[in-house]
Amino acid sequence: MFDLTGKAALVTGASGGIGEAIARALHRQGATVAISGTRAERLETLAAELGERVHICVANLADREAVDGLVPAAEAAMGQLDILVNNAGITRDNIFMRMKDEEWDQVLEVNLSAAFRLSRAAVKGMMRRRFGRIISITSVVGVTGNPGQANYAAAKAGMIGMTKSVAREVASRNITVNAIAPGFIETAMTDVLNDKQRESILQSVPAGRLGTSSEIAAATVYLASEEAGYVTGQTLHVNGGMAMI
Amino acid sequence: MSDIADRVKKIVVEHLGVDTDKVADDASFIDDLGADSLDTVELVMAFEEEFGVEIPDDAAETILTVGDAVRFLEKNAG
Repeated sequence: MFDLTGKAALVTGASGGIGEAIARALHRQGATVAISGTRAERLETLAAELGERVHICVANLADREAVDGLVPAAEAAMGQLDILVNNAGITRDNIFMRMKDEEWDQVLEVNLSAAFRLSRAAVKGMMRRRFGRIISITSVVGVTGNPGQANYAAAKAGMIGMTKSVAREVASRNITVNAIAPGFIETAMTDVLNDKQRESILQSVPAGRLGTSSEIAAATVYLASEEAGYVTGQTLHVNGGMAMI
Repeated sequence: MSDIADRVKKIVVEHLGVDTDKVADDASFIDDLGADSLDTVELVMAFEEEFGVEIPDDAAETILTVGDAVRFLEKNAG
């Protein structure tokens, strides 16, 4: 089950915790992976560890030229692109009344517009080959909202709407488009929480713990697989039960 | 009939699964040949591949009939 041998995947944000776990998991299932991120050193370390079937594509998704070059670069390196994982994301938290235009724009640009542009570029080759998997990593806050994250929540909710629309457009071509909505996962993004914040979060999580990156990666492997071919336009919530939607 | 027209019609027949005699010069992909909007995008991609040209989006939007495609490619391909 879930064999990805012969498939080529591009993972954005692979120099971060969840992206790295996703790249590892897809690779473990047999896929060739192009790992993209801003931190070249971390990508090189990951590539060295994975060995064969890995390509590094350094790109800053705040830079539109870099975004537009990414899918062609991945296709050139791997010969094709079957699986796109839009994982890269940033936060610029602030209470709404103090939120700067730049904070709003940066988050929308990297978290939503880059995913749009990458998906648009990837879907062309997928249509031609009659196979594709687009998986966008959104967030529970895109559905529930979160104080201090109006920009982030808007971008993540936007991803869900885009996912559903594109899924409807390309379903007849054997391309599925889905989202994964992590809850609180142990990453650099949640490491900044203090003990009190952590405790109050855990009270809202029936599972009583934070999730792990590998649990997000496992959901990604499932949605990327041939076996998930009848699942499209969905948001898979991986959140320990903190929101049941 | 030009060589380009022959090749265009072959692509249309193959892609849309219609009879050759229906693929007239003034046949509209959507209204006469049963294409949906995604089919028209794929036809343009197929033309690009067959003739080794790039068809920009604004030009692609003007290619509505078999004849439109033939005329565009006669002007821009080769």
